[in-house]
Amino acid sequence: MDIFDLIGPIMVGPSSSHTAGAVRIGLACRRILGEEVAEADITLSGSFAATGRGHGTDKAIVAGLLGMAPDDVRVPDSFSYAQEKGLLFSFAFGDIPLAHPNTARLVLKGERGAEADIEAASLGGGRIEIRRLGDMSLRFSAEQPTLIIRNEDRPGNVADVSRILSEGKINIATFQVNRNSRGGEAVMVIECDTPPDETLLRRIRALPGILRAVYVSQE
Amino acid sequence: MALFYSVRQLEEMEMQSALPLWRQILLASAEESGITPEQSLEKMGAALDAMIAADADYDPGQSSHSRLIGGDGERMRRYVAQGETICGDFVGRVISGAIRMGECNACMHRIVAAPTAGACGVMPAVLLPYAADHATPREELIAALYIASGFGMVIATRASISGAEAGCQAEIGTASAMAAAALVYLHGGNAQQMSSAVAIALKNMMGLVCDPVAGLVEVPCVKRNAAGAMNALCAAEMALAGIRSRIPADEVIDAMRAVGALMSPLLRETGEGGVAASPTAVRFRNDFFGK
Repeated sequence: MDIFDLIGPIMVGPSSSHTAGAVRIGLACRRILGEEVAEADITLSGSFAATGRGHGTDKAIVAGLLGMAPDDVRVPDSFSYAQEKGLLFSFAFGDIPLAHPNTARLVLKGERGAEADIEAASLGGGRIEIRRLGDMSLRFSAEQPTLIIRNEDRPGNVADVSRILSEGKINIATFQVNRNSRGGEAVMVIECDTPPDETLLRRIRALPGILRAVYVSQE
Repeated sequence: MALFYSVRQLEEMEMQSALPLWRQILLASAEESGITPEQSLEKMGAALDAMIAADADYDPGQSSHSRLIGGDGERMRRYVAQGETICGDFVGRVISGAIRMGECNACMHRIVAAPTAGACGVMPAVLLPYAADHATPREELIAALYIASGFGMVIATRASISGAEAGCQAEIGTASAMAAAALVYLHGGNAQQMSSAVAIALKNMMGLVCDPVAGLVEVPCVKRNAAGAMNALCAAEMALAGIRSRIPADEVIDAMRAVGALMSPLLRETGEGGVAASPTAVRFRNDFFGK
């Protein structure tokens, strides 16, 4: 906990979980997609579905998808900015089984063709957690610089990635590895103390067996 | 263990060092977060600026999406301006400021959570009128925010600042205690007096439930910001008068957590108990959400 969790965050109201957290979910999903969002089909579940409209959760998520921060005064008008930028979005309300009470599912298409299917939860106080990415269950807060790496499940990938990070003097805070099946695809979720630079990301992307590397930063 | 885990610790920090308490809070927290003291000061200054800007940004004509909230801060301001209040100009402006900020939050303006968005009106409601009447320099207001954050962190660590966890006593109650400590600091009090102010403020809000109508941060949240600000004034005045809390602040905070744990989930931000369960609130919820 930080003193700026007591005086702060500076945010557009009315709710740290249903508004500020929702903007952060949109932002995190945009960064996971890795390009401008062209289409977004969003499902609000649980308390997000019940009271989301009254808290501006819908506007907040769209604002985040457009790259706005939780303190951006344009958040309440995000729908008209979306129209301006050509972002098509839809909202559905329904229960996602076994999900956290404040959960949103975002199915995204990028303007250069990237696709992502993400489930994220707002935990309170503006903190969020990505809970599912495609068919991978995972948990990361997006509160630290985070690398999400999709790779072929074979020996050496984890060692290669951590070697490159260590050469770049990046300290790893947490390291998760998830996979679907042996020899299939796996996802590494690496939270770092400091952000890796473009060169490091390029080196990781160039490794054999690495299918995709996305960097999620925190501002 | 968090950086500040007991009010006793804050009192000792003041007694054992020549550095002012706010400065010690600044230095310790900056080091913990890996930023420089200058960066921390800049960030706290930005929070103060955002509070001032949010207050100036108040729009009397605006109402929230539900239409339950809007215009009351202006109503209060006009009433105070007529000069015929019971409590006088300063207190009138505190009440008006708290309601204005609560309305800004409900209307999706940019605010500073202190410690939460729902309780964002308490701190600026006492700080800004105080600063106007005492020509308080900006640096002193920033110092007061460090004091508030230090005591707030103790409450967040030992108890909670979440209505879903411990009811409104943890949100408006904590905001009120933080504001009381800040006021004591601004008026020249010491850490022992801040500690008493925190204890008194929390005791007076003990047991307050979180019962938002239709689950929205609107009713009764906005008006409770005014209650929290008034309670902060009352606690700070008592502490500055030399009145001590008979129960140490840390024990009051622990009691607040215990009360939160005893609260039914219906009274912890679910919108199913308290005034949220009143016939009028239920009717409103059904109309608004169409079920």
